[in-house]
Amino acid sequence: MHMADALISPAVGGALWAVSGGLLAGCARKVQQTLRDDLVPLMGVLGAFIFAAQMINFSIPGTGSSGHLGGGLLLTVLLGPYAAFLVIASVLTVQAFFFADGGLLALGCNIFNLGFFPAFVAYPLIYRVIARDQFGTSRAWVAALVAAIAGLQLGALCVVLETKASGISELPFRAFVLMMLPIHLVIGVVEGLATAAVVAFVARARSEALPTAPAAGASVSLRPMLIGLALAAVVMGGVVSWFASTHPDGLEWSIAKVTGHQEVTAPGAPLHRKLAAVQERTAMLPGYGFQAGKAAPAAPADARPASWPTVSAGTSVSGIVGGLMTLALAGLIGFVLKARSMQRVSGNG
Amino acid sequence: MGIANWIEIGRMDELGRMDTPAHRLDARAKAVVTLAFVVIVMSFPRHAVSALTPFLLYPVVLIAVGQIPARHILKKILVAAPFALVIGIFNPFMDRVPVATLGPLVITGGWVSFVSIMFRFVLTVGAALALVACTGLYRLGAGLEQLGVPRVFVMQLLFLYRYLFVVADQGVKMMRGVELRSAGAHALRWRVYGSLIGQLLLRSLDRAERVHGAMLARGFDGKIRVLRQPSFRWTDWGFVGGGLLFLAAARAWNLAEAFGRVLTGMAR
Repeated sequence: MHMADALISPAVGGALWAVSGGLLAGCARKVQQTLRDDLVPLMGVLGAFIFAAQMINFSIPGTGSSGHLGGGLLLTVLLGPYAAFLVIASVLTVQAFFFADGGLLALGCNIFNLGFFPAFVAYPLIYRVIARDQFGTSRAWVAALVAAIAGLQLGALCVVLETKASGISELPFRAFVLMMLPIHLVIGVVEGLATAAVVAFVARARSEALPTAPAAGASVSLRPMLIGLALAAVVMGGVVSWFASTHPDGLEWSIAKVTGHQEVTAPGAPLHRKLAAVQERTAMLPGYGFQAGKAAPAAPADARPASWPTVSAGTSVSGIVGGLMTLALAGLIGFVLKARSMQRVSGNG
Repeated sequence: MGIANWIEIGRMDELGRMDTPAHRLDARAKAVVTLAFVVIVMSFPRHAVSALTPFLLYPVVLIAVGQIPARHILKKILVAAPFALVIGIFNPFMDRVPVATLGPLVITGGWVSFVSIMFRFVLTVGAALALVACTGLYRLGAGLEQLGVPRVFVMQLLFLYRYLFVVADQGVKMMRGVELRSAGAHALRWRVYGSLIGQLLLRSLDRAERVHGAMLARGFDGKIRVLRQPSFRWTDWGFVGGGLLFLAAARAWNLAEAFGRVLTGMAR
């Protein structure tokens, strides 16, 4: 469920960076206030544990496939929401940097989708309410299952909203939702069962390792729930309304956006006409069949050719030639630089 | 996440510790330019392809100057490709407006935007990987802290990284034990999984306790001191200025198309 940079617009990526950054700063302050200095190594080692746990697969009963732990809910059960959010964010950061799972711009989205929902929605609103601080009982199993499913469904829904709001994928909202939610229902069941199994084992083997009943006066307080809900509402509202206002209609938006460039790259510009004439005479790319001033001749008349100036006729030749040559040049520059720096190293040594 | 990944992450760590002009640049300078790079690449309209090609220069230069083996980075990019591929492959089916013909082939807008998505994917992932390979997580963490990222989070990042190999090694050992006892089954049965992961968790908790004890013995007071790099040198300023200037120019003008115009003009 890690989103990639290539599908996110700077506006959406930036907005979610701001939200996740704010949450991160808030959680960092909370964790510092606890004055538990054993929390620092504990959080670090548990982050590493999540990585290690993700490489161990188990078989899903009744199917041929296997799954592994995601870890968001398990961390929250073990550490509480604030520290867990920091650990999840650090795991996602390392994944983005070292495994190219996700990306820099998408990091805010990924931290929000995979960290906020388990830590601040699924855990306080569902897990705590159902499990009532029991571990290893059937209540706790149900709690983990429901909480994991809910957290992953909300996260998957957010992936869809963020992708749609970015407007880079053409996938219709309905189809995207119908694709994402069932997949994450299955993943949620697996995650819930794995979380419950681990918690049950630890409760049996060493119950003191689990956080016992919350400190006096802190029994399932309403405040974190309300804050969590309000935050979720604001973010969802912001994303949805931004999406609704700037994309009244996907097609209209794309036309308006693209025609904004028409003045610059319209095929009627003198330079382009001249260029196309040059192209016709020299025929550097003989198979490339189009004429200047018209969109692709093979296009039917009702194909709205005017909405595609960035890729139509006149600009295409120089675009394609220039693009390919630029790629070749970039490769060449890299090659030369590398050869030179290698030379310098061997010269030094 | 297979065991092979652990060897890979160790490889990235080795690369990050090399000493080349690219590695000597301040981590903040590289982080800022790389972030600007990703934002600018993603700010192009969705059918841009040729205008994006000059951007390849940035990761390529970083990789070349940093003497990072390009094959290593390419392999990582390929492994991460499925998500963008799965979402992007719908564009050709959703958007069937023909925009150009190439001989007998009719090219639709969807294919153009699909190519754009995949190229952006290569660019953004390549830049992020090049940043880490030329910086290493320790220097990057120190840089992030200087840029104002909360200290607790930077500490968490460095600690996680510090124990990644240790805990993973434990996990690998336990898996080997299971494999030796269970005749070639790849995925674990339910009960085995719960207690195996539970054991791993308990060992991790014990380790955290020992680490904490060791830290206390060395005078740990709840704060981590991150080694600070010397201040920004003029090469760092040059890198930031030159990098941003290049990005701005490539965003404002379609450099590849201008280049193509010169080429086709010369062909006359």
